[in-house]
Amino acid sequence: MTLALIVEQMLNGVQFGLMLFLMSAGLTLVFGVMGLINLAHGSLYMLGAFFCAAGAAWTGNFWLGLVAGTAAAAAAGALIEVSVIRRLYTRDHLDQVLATFALILILSEGTKMVFGPFPLYLNIPAGLSGTVNLGLMPYSLYRLALIGFGLAVAIGLWLLIARTRLGIRIRAGENDREMIGALGVNIRALYTLVFALGAALAGLAGALVGALQSVQVGMGEPVLILAFVVIVIGGIGSIKGAMVGALIVGIIDTMGRFLLPRIFATFLEASQASGLGAALASMLIYVVMALVLILRPKGLFPAHA
Amino acid sequence: MRDTHRELAVNLALALALFAVPLWALYANQPFTITLATRIAILALAGVGLNLILGFGGMVSFGHAVFFGVGGYAAGILAQHAGSGAPILGLFPGSNQMLVIWPVAMVVAGLLAAAIGALSLRTEGIFFIMITLAFAQMVYYFAISWPAYGGEDGLPILMRNRFPGLNTMRPWPLFLIAFGVLMVMLALVAMLRASRFGAALMAIRQNPVRVEAVGISPYGVKLVAFVISGMITGLAGALMADLTRFASPAMMAWTMSGELIVIIILGGTGRLFGPVAGAAILVGFEVTFGGMTEHWKLWLGLVLLAVVLFARGGFIGFLAGRERLG
Repeated sequence: MTLALIVEQMLNGVQFGLMLFLMSAGLTLVFGVMGLINLAHGSLYMLGAFFCAAGAAWTGNFWLGLVAGTAAAAAAGALIEVSVIRRLYTRDHLDQVLATFALILILSEGTKMVFGPFPLYLNIPAGLSGTVNLGLMPYSLYRLALIGFGLAVAIGLWLLIARTRLGIRIRAGENDREMIGALGVNIRALYTLVFALGAALAGLAGALVGALQSVQVGMGEPVLILAFVVIVIGGIGSIKGAMVGALIVGIIDTMGRFLLPRIFATFLEASQASGLGAALASMLIYVVMALVLILRPKGLFPAHA
Repeated sequence: MRDTHRELAVNLALALALFAVPLWALYANQPFTITLATRIAILALAGVGLNLILGFGGMVSFGHAVFFGVGGYAAGILAQHAGSGAPILGLFPGSNQMLVIWPVAMVVAGLLAAAIGALSLRTEGIFFIMITLAFAQMVYYFAISWPAYGGEDGLPILMRNRFPGLNTMRPWPLFLIAFGVLMVMLALVAMLRASRFGAALMAIRQNPVRVEAVGISPYGVKLVAFVISGMITGLAGALMADLTRFASPAMMAWTMSGELIVIIILGGTGRLFGPVAGAAILVGFEVTFGGMTEHWKLWLGLVLLAVVLFARGGFIGFLAGRERLG
């Protein structure tokens, strides 16, 4: 085990964390502003990946596919908000869970009907394939680009929320819904916009990650559950918390899977070490979540004091 | 506290129907129908466990499949060691007796529920939903990456576990076992609901602050309810593993947790027999539409969406009126 390997795994962890951030940011915004738990957020991630793969195959250009995937997820988000989600804001969490669970069933089967039951493949764009030399070791150019892309989107999102009128409205909506309505802001439109923004971020993440793995129905839910862990760690409704939580989860999960089997191998026989290491590594982030819950039940950065 | 006369009549009719249909199938020589009824009884039992905390206590656990799966693995692991003769972890002997497996499954599920409940009940609302889901996913990932008991492939049960005096390999005796356990647990939950504990649990759902002011700790009551709930769902898991002769990681996948909630909502949240009606509707829907189209889940999603948006109260609410206990 060399330094180069560890640095490579750290970068993988950061890249994974930033993609989780794109997923969690929308989820936490929707909860912070509308008080809604949206299980179908993973379906929007999946839609982004499918439309990106289809768009890239049709036009022969990854970037056009990426735009198509993000736009499709945003449009699907807006449509879902207007037709279903809007009726759920005043309902209890149980109704929200059920209705969005129903949406998962509909969107997953719908995707299967439109795109067929087999996984699609999305190639890394030509300009970003291959590796780049980082001094210590060569590293995948595409993954490096994902890190840059994730950071750029995070900064953009921060500017949007901290520096624009829309951002002021979103923050005001988190604090007092009735008041900003009374001040003449069109809340219904604001909610649709926030939901579509979150959907676009999820779709973007799905499209970007789609080039690293196969694009298939059901790809969204494992990421959704990780995004929940991120939000529990970071604090519901906090973008900063989502960023910190996503990096914690991304790095700990990646490093755990890399290091634990190697650590166990120092005192167990090889096959046992890899089995036990892999099993425990898959539980690691949930242990971290449990620790955060014990020490800071409202997460690291609670949005509402 | 008692149910309304109408609801009692609906409950009795449901119990009779669940017994009469497989009885008819026994004489009409339709073993598949008997097995379907067994599946309904077992899923209903898992729902009865969840209904205790979700329906009566207002705690939306989105991770209850974990107890279902752990119960199933308890049955599978005990049966595997009974077959091989090797003790579990070098300490305990295996067993192929349901009367041994059930308490073990319930104790293991109960211990897990105590751990998960103690942590997740520190929070409530949306946090509770996400945390129960996350912990269930943790155990699921452990099950698929831990190779000793099948990992992703699951754990087959070569011979169904035994019950004194009944041949469990035949569909009808197995149905009788599942039906009997379901009825016993329904009676137990009815007694719990009528007790001081049940009153406290339902009061906590409505107003935890007042309950605390009366001198009852909501956390303690909720945790006890969560553990009992996990134990009942774990027992259902042990039965399901015996029915399918397979302890599968899919039993504790997040979709299973979703299905358990769906069973309760379709039947009627917080109704004693709600899970029985809900399980029958879900299995019936799957068998009917699953035969017609491979995309039946799309239709299930649409029906579910319609129920949530427009028809709250579920099946029993429809038949016995919206008013319910607690």
